Amino acid sequence: MTKKPTGQSFSKSASYEEWRKQRYASQKERKTTFESISFREQPELVTPENGGSVKYDAELGYPGEYPFTRGVQPTMYRGRLWTMRQFAGFGSPEDTNQRFKYLLEHGQTGLSTAFDMPCLMGYDPDHPRSLGEVGREGVSVATIQDMETLFDGIDQDKITTSMTINCTATIAFAFYFAVARRRGVSFDKVGGTIQNDMLKEFIAQKEWISPPKPSVKLVCDVIEFCASSAPKFNPVSISGYHIREAGSTAVQELAFTIADGLAYVDHCLGRGMAIDSFAPQLSFFFDVHNDFFEEIAKFRAGRRLWARLMRERYGAKLDASCKLRTHAQTAGVSLTAQQPINNVARVAMQALAAILGGVQSLHTNSMDETLSLPTEDAVRVALRTQQIIAEESGVTNVIDPLGGSYYIERLTSEIESEAMQYIKQIDALGGMLRAVEEGFPQKEISEAAYQFQLDVDAQEQVIVGVNKYQEGGDQEIPTLKIDLGPETNQIEKIKAFRAQRNEGKWKQSMDAIERACVENRNVVPVLIDAVDAGVTLGEVSDIYRKVFGTYSDPGML
Amino acid sequence: MTAQARPIRILIAKAGLDGHDRGAKVIARALRDAGFEVIYTGLHQTVEHIVRAAIQEDVDCIGLSILSGAHMTLFPELLNKLAAENSSDIVVFGGGIVPKDDIVELKKVGVKEIFIPGTHTQDVVAWIKANVPVD
Repeated sequence: MTKKPTGQSFSKSASYEEWRKQRYASQKERKTTFESISFREQPELVTPENGGSVKYDAELGYPGEYPFTRGVQPTMYRGRLWTMRQFAGFGSPEDTNQRFKYLLEHGQTGLSTAFDMPCLMGYDPDHPRSLGEVGREGVSVATIQDMETLFDGIDQDKITTSMTINCTATIAFAFYFAVARRRGVSFDKVGGTIQNDMLKEFIAQKEWISPPKPSVKLVCDVIEFCASSAPKFNPVSISGYHIREAGSTAVQELAFTIADGLAYVDHCLGRGMAIDSFAPQLSFFFDVHNDFFEEIAKFRAGRRLWARLMRERYGAKLDASCKLRTHAQTAGVSLTAQQPINNVARVAMQALAAILGGVQSLHTNSMDETLSLPTEDAVRVALRTQQIIAEESGVTNVIDPLGGSYYIERLTSEIESEAMQYIKQIDALGGMLRAVEEGFPQKEISEAAYQFQLDVDAQEQVIVGVNKYQEGGDQEIPTLKIDLGPETNQIEKIKAFRAQRNEGKWKQSMDAIERACVENRNVVPVLIDAVDAGVTLGEVSDIYRKVFGTYSDPGML
Repeated sequence: MTAQARPIRILIAKAGLDGHDRGAKVIARALRDAGFEVIYTGLHQTVEHIVRAAIQEDVDCIGLSILSGAHMTLFPELLNKLAAENSSDIVVFGGGIVPKDDIVELKKVGVKEIFIPGTHTQDVVAWIKANVPVD
């Protein structure tokens, strides 16, 4: 096909501005505004003249070198692929142990544990508040015996395990390490991650026992313990995931997460710990949402921002202290109950953004997660999606392949500086702990969530199959049914467990925990001994309630 | 009764251990913007507390949000406790991740409607106007 030459052939604009005014402005656009999912207005084009230029040494550097914009390891995925880590947990410890083994057999390289709501809120299965929730959204683990069953046949010194648990993280951590000790695995060989990030609980996920201040103290107890005794374990996974899922923008997610991290750093420094003694073990967890380039830029901006803060604000000397190592999970909130098979495409694009963003481990959601916990088949498709990206797409061959893109570099710089603005605002409020107590991040997120819903209602944000391209009738896919059997079993099991433990040793252990709490000592070493002597998750939580008090939702809209 | 003498009063409630409050808060705001009087319980309420709040606040309906999978326990408990307090005239509806088969079951025991993710907020507004009688 040939086109007839027009009067403008070979004419060249002298600058971006001229091009925009003379050539672009005379054309028609198909809509009036072009916004990202975070309400960010998008330029039609980025050039070196409007934010696309970059100072290579100061802003990018080489992979594995400060400020780590291009990646935290020198080899990135050419050295080792990311860890494919599917979050799993439901029913009894036996049920989840089977799912773990299934995932490992299918090529998954790390484990990730979902606990049920009673575990996450500090109740044993036989507590009245646990009724109907035992083993529902995750696995029920209330005793050291449950943890032994959960990891039966899985080597704690070979497979790294991530545990998503927060206000009771100290207790789950103690179970896991007490099991390791029983098996003769030394603590310095145990690798993994515990989420243990309480500030984002008050901001977004809303699972808590005690008020923010003592909650932060417990978080830092685990950080301190790992700094001295468990060098391969990440004692905290500072999480933006839940902040984003609660409705924040990409910038809010990044800013609030980094500000949470700074609050933990400040607390640890306040204990007299040296920055380089614990900062290398801090890890992160971000969402990876729909807006492809915004997400890639978010990861790059996050690495640069954290590195600069660690060096400039805290004087970190080690490279390892400045590296933002992160897990990512595709956005659960982006999935639709309508036409659920479309979710496979959403997850694939989000996962690709995570990899182009340079994450260290990834969970891909299953297509059926808006309907119920995922079936084995749906989980397998999600895992295969990662394997296709890793082994077929070719994107892993070159490090940070989008580095130097005018658009990506401008977006990276914008997100970094907007996040820094928020961090300064939080600094002015007295830090994240105070900001959370005042409800500042909570309010910002509520506003963004409501705005997003209004945009969806008005079709300014399109959700395929929901507010556009709807189909009559529902697409049917199989869903996982969880029966109530595990609840009854777990209740019987914990009653039997309490009946057979040594009452004297148990009482001593309970007293030891309470003393450690009252005397403001690190609870972790005490807990490892106590859970070994039969203290349960609910019993430790009751001590926390007694000594530290309880927190309830202010119910702000 | 065609003309509404007063705005409909709604209690948006979160029960059990479930901490997902994005949907509840967005709906509460949308209903408030639509002219209803909305009270939000905050998270982690017991069913007793919700019933007490509903009676004290003299609401016309309760919207219970559940994303933890405990819906088959909590909805029937709420309906039973309302009945025990002679308050079955309070319309109960719900929202959250609830499988279709469970929605059928819950409607049989008296839940008037369940809204799943992807619902247009104005559809909830219209449903309340059509299904919640005001004296």
